Amino acid sequence: MDLSTLTIAEARRALDAKEYSALDLTDAYLDAIKKKDGDIHAYLEVWEDSARAEAKKADEMIARAESQPLTGIPLAVKDNILIEGRIASSASKMLENYRASYDATVISKLKAQGAVFLGRTNMDEFALGGSTENSAFGPSKNPHDTSRVPGGTSGGSAAAVAAGMALGALGSDTGGSIRQPSAFCGVVGLKPTYGAVSRFGLMAAASSLDQIGAIGKTVADAQMIFEAIRGYDQNDSTSINPQRSDLGNHKGRTLGTLGVPRAFLKEGIEPDMLAQFEETLEQLKSAGYSIVDIELPSLEYALAVYYIINPAEVSTNLARYDGIRYGLSMPADTIGDVYAKSRSAGFGAETRRRILVGTFVLSSGYADAYYRKARAVRQLIREDFARVFADIDAVVLPTSPIPPWKFGDKADPIAMYAADIFTVPVNLAGVPAMSVPSGTIERDGKKLPVGFQIIGGWGNEEGLFKVAEDVEKFDTARRGRP
Amino acid sequence: MTNKVDISALAKLARLEVSDAELAKLEKEIPDILAFVETIQKADAGKEASAPELRNVMRADENPIESGKYTERLLDAAPARAGNRIAVKQVISRKKK
Repeated sequence: MDLSTLTIAEARRALDAKEYSALDLTDAYLDAIKKKDGDIHAYLEVWEDSARAEAKKADEMIARAESQPLTGIPLAVKDNILIEGRIASSASKMLENYRASYDATVISKLKAQGAVFLGRTNMDEFALGGSTENSAFGPSKNPHDTSRVPGGTSGGSAAAVAAGMALGALGSDTGGSIRQPSAFCGVVGLKPTYGAVSRFGLMAAASSLDQIGAIGKTVADAQMIFEAIRGYDQNDSTSINPQRSDLGNHKGRTLGTLGVPRAFLKEGIEPDMLAQFEETLEQLKSAGYSIVDIELPSLEYALAVYYIINPAEVSTNLARYDGIRYGLSMPADTIGDVYAKSRSAGFGAETRRRILVGTFVLSSGYADAYYRKARAVRQLIREDFARVFADIDAVVLPTSPIPPWKFGDKADPIAMYAADIFTVPVNLAGVPAMSVPSGTIERDGKKLPVGFQIIGGWGNEEGLFKVAEDVEKFDTARRGRP
Repeated sequence: MTNKVDISALAKLARLEVSDAELAKLEKEIPDILAFVETIQKADAGKEASAPELRNVMRADENPIESGKYTERLLDAAPARAGNRIAVKQVISRKKK
């Protein structure tokens, strides 16, 4: 088996045909991790023993002809998703030794299918960043050019899939944290509709934005993982109850008409990234899609709204890390000093910045001007999307305005925030979106992947997969890969 | 409107200790971030979304988790314990004025 091209769909076929066992497959991935991860650092921890035990159990399921889509499929799990008894650190010193006391719902679902967990992947601390440079345990590297970032925050998950060190991976996406690293690493990343996948057992960053999603080598692979983890969960109060859903009726619409927000597209995109996007649009046109210009006027405020709401919610959610119940605890004479010393020793620089900004925008003198205003403008962004989805079936945008940058190039926090421009509107609106590889650009003689982003109406993941598969076909043809 | 931000006061509210070196850095960075998000003041929006986006979700108070099922696991995660309790520094002072 060639792990650089193997897909979940092909592994499923081969496992069920008994061409190789789940244990062979897991061993191959563990070997690949041993060989490659010294250079990439996608994993914070690899679970060799339990992965092999899970693979053996999967082989028994296959032998009993009880295999499900992900039985025996080796996956990587982002370090902010809980697996009972395993360390889950959110790449923070605060939780360096924290062991989860229960399984996240997505993990229970994957365990029931007999999936194999290879290890936990690196990320920006508490899912704050866009490059894995905010990890307390050192950054991951982009497999296409190790002098560049893999993107983030789910950078370890994307790099693991891209480097053939996992067949698929779980990530979480608060403002682009699945889509942007997927684009940077040349893999497929799906951020489902807000509420489509349970977040029970996902460490909260910004609760009105966070969503667990899937990373795979192909659209079909991302879809298989999504199908396995989706569904209502009474343990997550924001999970969509199909019986009580008041989402618009976007599900199952065929995507014949794609909208391009031209005015918004001009924002700081590098010329060859834009050219690549236009080329994909032309290909979609020749494949029979109609491409129309659309207006999403409130999107110009999306970054500002995001960088108020995100820190506000982060500062609130991270208040729980206080050195009392779990995580890092620094001894001190008073309980107030225990809080302050533990939090200062446990949180990295970006996390502290977000907490301070969040504390400011929620403070009584400024909450009206910042937090409440941002919530009102967020509503306009949602309404913009609702309006365009009445006439078109999907919005298309580049995933990122820039290619993966070199380590340290975005030391200024605002430069890092600005790179999120095309992904944050999706989380503010709660709609599903995916990033699909579409061609490459060149920097310093190295070919770097470019991501094409497709944004659908609420609940219409199925529609996204159709367009995404067409984009994938162009990309495969362009690269001359089978 | 945000040219003056008292970072020390914010840090105290957020229960963070900030070194002098970090304070100097933050005194530039935080106002820069606030200036970056200042553009929303131009947006023409009502005071706040009128209807909340999410409903409150309640479930019946039934089928509780078996008592004690998670006790050991949760206590194991705590930095200090005393019997079946998490031990903390004194919270309420007995001192009289």
